[in-house]
Order: sequence, then C-alpha cells, then structure tokens
Amino acid sequence: RGSRARALPDRALVNCQYSSATFSTGERKRRPHGDRKSCEMGLQLRQTFEAAILTQLHPRSQIDIYVQVLQADGGTYAACVNAATLAVLDAGVPMRDFVCACSAGFVDSTALADLSHVEEAAGGPQLALALLPASGQIALLEMDARLHEDHLESVLEAAARAARDVHTLLDRVVRQHVREASVLLG
Amino acid sequence: MKETPLSNCERRFLLRAIEEKKRLDGRQTYDYRNIKISFGTDYGCCIVELGKTRVLGQVSCELVSPKLNRATEGILFFNLELSQMAAPAFEPGRQSDLLVKLNRLLERCLRNSKCIDTESLCVVAGEKVWQIRVDLHLLNHDGNIIDAASIAAIVALCHFRRPDVSVQGDEVTLYTPEERDPVPLSIHHMPICVSFAFFQQGTYLLVDPNEREERVMDGLLVIAMNKHREICTIQSSGGIMLLKDQVLRCSKIAGVKVLEITELIQKALENDRKVRKEGGKYGFAESIASQRITAFKMEKAPIDTSDVEEKAEEIIAEAEPPLEVVSNPVLWTPGTAQIGEGVENSWGDLEDSEKEEEDEDGTDEAIILDSIKMDIGVEVSNIGSQDAPIVLSDSEEEEMIILEPDKNPKKIRTQTTSAKQEAPSKKPVRKRKKKRAAN
Repeated sequence: RGSRARALPDRALVNCQYSSATFSTGERKRRPHGDRKSCEMGLQLRQTFEAAILTQLHPRSQIDIYVQVLQADGGTYAACVNAATLAVLDAGVPMRDFVCACSAGFVDSTALADLSHVEEAAGGPQLALALLPASGQIALLEMDARLHEDHLESVLEAAARAARDVHTLLDRVVRQHVREASVLLG
Repeated sequence: MKETPLSNCERRFLLRAIEEKKRLDGRQTYDYRNIKISFGTDYGCCIVELGKTRVLGQVSCELVSPKLNRATEGILFFNLELSQMAAPAFEPGRQSDLLVKLNRLLERCLRNSKCIDTESLCVVAGEKVWQIRVDLHLLNHDGNIIDAASIAAIVALCHFRRPDVSVQGDEVTLYTPEERDPVPLSIHHMPICVSFAFFQQGTYLLVDPNEREERVMDGLLVIAMNKHREICTIQSSGGIMLLKDQVLRCSKIAGVKVLEITELIQKALENDRKVRKEGGKYGFAESIASQRITAFKMEKAPIDTSDVEEKAEEIIAEAEPPLEVVSNPVLWTPGTAQIGEGVENSWGDLEDSEKEEEDEDGTDEAIILDSIKMDIGVEVSNIGSQDAPIVLSDSEEEEMIILEPDKNPKKIRTQTTSAKQEAPSKKPVRKRKKKRAAN
C-alpha cells in the first residue's frame, strides 16, 4: 500500500496501523480498526517512531509497522511501543535508541507505574510516556483526566523509572536473541 | 486544493526571527492573540475568535435511552468539523489525520476530565437520559485550532440551557422554554487547552502559534488545565523530543494563561447574562455592528517620528527645482483652449483594447493616466519633484498622475474648466487603460 505520491524525497515514511482484536477486551468490540481511537493510536505510534527511526538513511521508502492487540489489560499504548521497538530492531531498521514506554497513574497521593485495566477504569489520571532511555528524551507524552500540577513531576518520574526498567529488560532480551541467532548461523 | 508549500526563504526567515525572539505580529513568546467571544440569540451558540482563527460552537440536547453499561449517566458527544471555508487545503476527503487528532484531543480534554456532571443529565435511570451534543465548526484557520475549539466548546456548554423536566412516578414531562425557564448544565470546571510550539529541536518555544509558525514548527505540546491548576490533558505531537523540565515549565506557563482566559470567559458570560436579563438586544447581529464591515480598520501602530523633520528637509534639498510651466495656450473658440499638441485620434481603437495606442513620439513617453473632468476646476499645476506623482484634481474619480514629467513637456495636459478636448484625450497610453469617454 505504498503510493509513489506520498514518498518523501529525503527520508523514509513511517506508517503505523493499530488494530485490536474483537476478543481483546472484556466485552466484544465490534469494530477492530477504523474507529477514531485506533486511528489516533496509529498516529501516535507513527509520531513516536518517526522521532526514533533514522529515516534519513532510507529516502523514498516506506516502513510499515502493524500492531495487533490480542489481549488488553491496561497500558496498551506502552505495550504496542515496546513490541514495535523490538520488531523494528529485529528487522534491522536503524534507530536512535530503544523506545521504551510505560503508563503511570496517581491514586491516593501515590504515583503508580504500569496501570492495569481495573486501575485505569477507576477513572483516575493516567499518563503514557514513551522515552529514549539513554538521553532521557520524551518521544510522546499523553495524559488524561485531572491531575493537580504539583503532582505532575512525581508521576512523570515514576513513568520514566519504569520505562528505564523496561529498557534493561528489552536490552537483555535482544542481546540474548542475537547471541542465539549467531550460534545457529554458525 | 493542495496546500501551497512554504518557500524555503520564508521558512528561514521565520526561524531566524524566532531565534531572535521576534514574532511576525509583534507578540512576545508567551503572548496570546486577542480573544473575542460573542454569543448568538439561542442559548448554547457562540463564536470564539482567537486572532483570526474563528470557531463556531453550538450545543444541543435530546432525550435518549442511555448506554447499557452506564445506565445512570447522560451522554456527551463532541464533534469538530474543519469547514472548507477555513483554509483552501481543507477538502472533504483530505483532512482525516488532523481531524482525528483534534477530535480525540477535544474528547479527552472535555470528556475524560469530567467537566460536566453526567449524573445530573439522567432523567429516568436506565430509560431516559439527556444526550448533549457539542458541534464545533472551524470557520477560519489562522493557527492554533485546538485552543480556539476548546474555548468555544466550554463557553458554549456554560452558555447552554436545557429544557426543564419533571418526573412523577412513571410520567416524564418535558417543559417548553415558554412554560418553564430552561436550566443550565452543571459544570464542575472549565478545562482550557494551551498550545506550545517548539522550534529547532526544542530550543525555542512559542505560545499560541499562528498559521505560519505552525508550518515551520517541529512539534506541538498541548496542555489542558483549569483554573484550579489541575491538568486535564497533556498531549505531545510532532516529532519533538522533550525533556522533563521543559514539560514542567510549560505546565506552569499554561497555568497562568488559563487563569487569564477563564477570567475573560466569565466576563463574557456575565455580560451576556446581564444583557438578556435587562431585555436588551443580544445575538451575533449586535456583536458585528461594532466592527463596521464596510470599513477597513487598521490598528494604530506606534511610529517613531523623531527624525521626520530632518528627513523631510533632506528630501526637499535633494529634489530638483520644479519644471517650467508650459505656456502658450491656443484658443480655438471661446471656452476651448489647447496647450500642447497631443497625438492623433485613436477613438477608433477603443474597442480593440489589445492593441497599444499609436505612439508618435517614440517609446519613452510619459505614462499618463487621465480622465476628463467636466465640472471640477483644475488649475495648471507645476510639476513638482521629479518622481512624485502629482494629483491635479481632487475628484473622487480616477486621479491624474503624471510620472516622469520631464521627458516630454509637450505631453503635459492641463484642463480648463470647460475643456472638452478631443485631441488631448487620445493620449498615448502605454498600458491599456479604460478610457473615460468624455461626454
């Protein structure tokens, strides 16, 4: 589905599509893709990865990232970003750094990291953060529901710490996979 | 229409101006443009103008059955439409990315922050609830749609009155506005979006970008807050990389801005309420009259006039002395005189406007725009300084302007009071001009 007309002369185009299976949530969803929420997720993923992938190295090309949610229990955006990072790395597309994401919330004057579905449904503030761990730069920041300004810092800090923990895990997994693959290749 | 691409020199110019902390409209980095809020005759209708960006908001309500999993809550529905008149680039099929982004942001800002008490919209639990629908239309796009739209939405919601209902057992009676006064919605707080545009990889930041600045920005950070300094939504978009302290700083700035805007909104709502109570005239027609659509208004700009005198004297000193007046009028009949010679009759060429007039005297003639005035006295005037256009008459019609008068003094036309001269009217005109036929 790459149209010539949309090719950019100096960099690659990143195209992301988010789709969640009808059985992924507690109640069956009727429209897996094409509704506004999925479009928005796709746009946000695209924004995140356009910032992280070195698009200058592949002019006039298109990089497609398709994400399918099989089971949603909170933190879907974060899970999509982490999965897409691994996929892009595995594909060999050059990136600036890992992109690690985590969600965070605020309940009873405590910042919580990585909310589950029940915690999200409770209606408190939720923050989704995508981070490039080495430099600490934020690729995407999104927050919903009311949070007093004074607590913003603690919630951001909780999310950033959790994202860095995810980064350690992803790093370990990638290295192990490469080691195994190189052993197989001889 | 496809969006006209921004030229590189314009982009560079804008970026360089931003580096020097200058904005094209003279604002400071943290300044908002003028916000103007006007209400229509119906409750719930308002137009918000943020500089030249205009958004129309309209709230309407309907009794429907509630969602199955939320039986005691009313339904809120938001819809922002980018009208085709807002910008040439907006076309029915083409705006989907921007539209989705704006709509989702508005929804999250207004719905998830629970600014409206949805429980109060319930009439009969499980059967009848109010569905409140907010329709926003972008009428003109001059940057920062999201701020204007959020202000319009919250103002429209605050202004709206829904019909009164009463429940007696199983009976639900809906009163018309004539029977019982309509009831306002219960609004907890007013979330307002503030946009920050980032340039040069996050080094420079501007509040309330206008359309040009939006084109050259790297990314946008939108923070929605209410006046109690609670953050309702944060959304970063575009490819920018932010640092945590940048986000915290922006949230502080947003707090200040939101306070100002909330005050303005309260004042506007208060004014409208007063006008309606006193029975005065209200509605859009009232707000437009003061703008005098028939007159262009230019805001006064302060100009430094300290060195005007010296400059004027310099100009006068450097100008050449005025040229000699051409005399020797030839009197044909009483009331008809001629000075100068003119060229041959070219009335026959009137229809054929493509052909240039015959030009006896060569190519470098004075270009003369002329019209013949019948009733206005015109005196022979001296040609003043070389290049300044001279106005020979004060008629409201086309003025006679002589450019390069020194080249061909013969061509100087003058008009006498009763002059109706055929010969001079066939002046060689370089460019085709509409001939004002002497009649």
